[in-house]
Amino acid sequence: MSGSKRAHISDASREERQPLLHLETEDLMPLPPPLNDPTKAPAFKPLSAQIVEKYECLLDDTCVVNVPKPKTKAEEEELIRKFLAGLEKLFQTENNWTFLQPLVLTMEHCAKCQTCSEACHIFEASGRQEIYRPTYRSEIMRRLYFKYVKHGGLISLWQRGDIKLNWPLIARLIELSYRCNLCRRCAQTCPIGADNGLVAHELRKLFSQEMGIAAKEIHATGSMLQLKVGSSTGMNPEVVKDNVEFIDEDTSEKTGIKVETPWDVEGADVLLIHNAGEFLAWPENPGAFALILNAAGIKWTLSSEVVAYDSINYGLWYDDAQFARVALKHAQAAKKLKVKKIVLGECGHAHKALSVIADRLLLDDLNIPRESSMTLLREIVMSGRLKLDPSRNDFPVTLHDPCNLVRLMGVVQPQRDVLRKICPQFREMEPHGVNNYCCGGGSGFAIMQGNNFPDWRFNVAGRKKLEQILNAFADSLGPSTPKYLCAPCSNCKGQLRDLIVYYNLWEKEKLLYGGLVELIVNAMTEAKPGFIDWEWH
Amino acid sequence: MTTIFLYVLIYLALVLFVVGCVIRAVQYARMPVHLRWELYPVPHEEARRVEHGGSYFEDVDWWEKPTHFNLAGEIRFMVPEMLFLKGLWEFNRKLWSRSFPFHFGLYLLIGSAALLVAATLVSLVLPASIAGPLATACLGLGKVVGLAGAILVILGSLGLLRSRLTDDDMKNYTTPGDIFNLLFFTVTCTLLLAGYVFSGQQFPGMLAFTRGLLTFSSSVQVPGVLAAGMICAALLVAYIPYTHMSHFIAKYFTYHSVRWDDRVNVRGGELAKKLAEYLTYRPTWSAPHIGADGVKTWADVATANPALEKKQ
Repeated sequence: MSGSKRAHISDASREERQPLLHLETEDLMPLPPPLNDPTKAPAFKPLSAQIVEKYECLLDDTCVVNVPKPKTKAEEEELIRKFLAGLEKLFQTENNWTFLQPLVLTMEHCAKCQTCSEACHIFEASGRQEIYRPTYRSEIMRRLYFKYVKHGGLISLWQRGDIKLNWPLIARLIELSYRCNLCRRCAQTCPIGADNGLVAHELRKLFSQEMGIAAKEIHATGSMLQLKVGSSTGMNPEVVKDNVEFIDEDTSEKTGIKVETPWDVEGADVLLIHNAGEFLAWPENPGAFALILNAAGIKWTLSSEVVAYDSINYGLWYDDAQFARVALKHAQAAKKLKVKKIVLGECGHAHKALSVIADRLLLDDLNIPRESSMTLLREIVMSGRLKLDPSRNDFPVTLHDPCNLVRLMGVVQPQRDVLRKICPQFREMEPHGVNNYCCGGGSGFAIMQGNNFPDWRFNVAGRKKLEQILNAFADSLGPSTPKYLCAPCSNCKGQLRDLIVYYNLWEKEKLLYGGLVELIVNAMTEAKPGFIDWEWH
Repeated sequence: MTTIFLYVLIYLALVLFVVGCVIRAVQYARMPVHLRWELYPVPHEEARRVEHGGSYFEDVDWWEKPTHFNLAGEIRFMVPEMLFLKGLWEFNRKLWSRSFPFHFGLYLLIGSAALLVAATLVSLVLPASIAGPLATACLGLGKVVGLAGAILVILGSLGLLRSRLTDDDMKNYTTPGDIFNLLFFTVTCTLLLAGYVFSGQQFPGMLAFTRGLLTFSSSVQVPGVLAAGMICAALLVAYIPYTHMSHFIAKYFTYHSVRWDDRVNVRGGELAKKLAEYLTYRPTWSAPHIGADGVKTWADVATANPALEKKQ
């Protein structure tokens, strides 16, 4: 490792246009078998010379936001001015009523005890690199807050510490705000209740809402595309309907049960909203949902309204305005169809976005009840409405807990009840439930494919989850035993799919991943056996 | 004269402490209700859910179910957390070994002061035949508790100081103010302890001093070291609410208003009224896609579609 493992707070302002950290594989947390030989680890690709030339990549080995280098000193100064304006707005009621109280509490009362660091998978997996410590970015932000927002004098500097504000600091903070999965495991352990995940979230907001700077995958090709055509996948209503028709046919053929997805049914009991990524990447998931809901006799529908067939809400990770816009579209579609409730498909952030966070944005007749598909599926499975044969799922199964669903929403038990009923070899990861570790794809990382960011995502952000998965299957290692990693979240599935490919775990371990509904359909006696086909798609 | 000065300083410190705490608490309490940002487990959920950290979202049609507030669950969480720093015990045992004696020592010192005031009030208000034994008991207990408290604070603050100065994980984040704060506690408690233990025959005792404090009697002479300890203690008490050490106030809000705030926004409810008001606020964020101009409200911003506007 070159660069400094013990970067100081003041290093963030270093004028030299050099990254603060360079990671080598041997710096990283060791992995269990069969990945315990670091010499066989996949190589971490360096950033290309063109990217380094063109963009501010001053933090570490990667670059996710691609902020162009300012061409003149005046341009730099303008960016600093905008940053300061945004910083001030974060602490104004009119501009940031949405998160003002928790932010101020975190700014003013962190004791810097570093208890949170031990809870952070990124810090641990990186080999405890200082810049990834949850308090590193928060401490920079805190010093800026006391200096430039509270206008603290000498006593404040002495009490709180000083920081030099310059463009390299801001450029590093932009990247640093995208080195946190926003899983808030750190906040869970804070003895005072400070929230360093929130600080990363608020920094992203400052950059987006004031400076117009955000990772393109979550803004330009994320929430903006969703608001424009209806989905960040680029699918408009016609395309999504075509895809679902194909999925219905495929599911019918595969299971021998006629499947038809209802669209725009007024007065339905349930408006189901999937993450539209499922239609393209994991079509068996919406197919399985349709089959189960039909078989259970639920009166349900999908909506073909723009935005309402894609539950994603990337604003959750970086921008309050974008968040509110998408949440409103979801609620408006439900209101138009006069449904009794919205049920969120297997997408963790969509769960939290619409059920929890948007709860304080949806007023009057837009405040339509929202429910997790996990609870509905449990009720269906436990009610006996489906005939299920657990022996069809007699292979090792473990469950990944999506942070948004579990730690941030408290939906812990329903998915476990289902798995215990239909998977005889279900085993937990450790730790699990509300103490789970993020998959490493949280807060948009799973869809960020630019530059060499995936290398960082697999080597650092996803490393702890990888360790957990391998440990959960430690009794059945090797390709002779097929194993199923259940991840009821599209974003997590994207990350886990990429992790499995990166470490060649399908070949080495016959490790398959998928959702919960696939396991349910796989166990349905009325369906042809083999819904889970043990092929890598 | 010195004694009167001490009395004034102590009362002034208490006033500044209360004022500082109230200002801080009011400042936090008056902030708008934020978007939900809870973290599970939430201990006031139904008892059957608390252990696995579940929420009411685990029920089908949860909005049709009766709401629960499990006060016992909150108390079961809060008491060990407040008294014994349970969270730190679980997640940072090394620091707990230093932080716990420090905080528990402070509780004991507060308890000692309360026992002293109780003993004094008893001796002032009740007839001597009843007051005597009661005051003696309070005083005796107060002494033991106070001495133990001062020793624990000294040990804890020195331990924390050592961590701040030598622990690689902590020293990067340690400011001169942090060192000063810990030294302030160490010095104050050392002076109080030494001043009391070596107060000598001419000092009539803490009961007499407290009686003097409550009656503004200047007849009590406080030995120099003990007086220095009391001055430091008064300054420390006045100083705490204006620093991040007032986290005992913040902690109420970080837990009750953030981590555990799972209140549902019910149509037409109090929360909904507040939220409706917030949506009339006028943001000034400058990024073009926000479309804020200081005139448009949050409601206007949220109902706009920058992707389509751009197209037009």
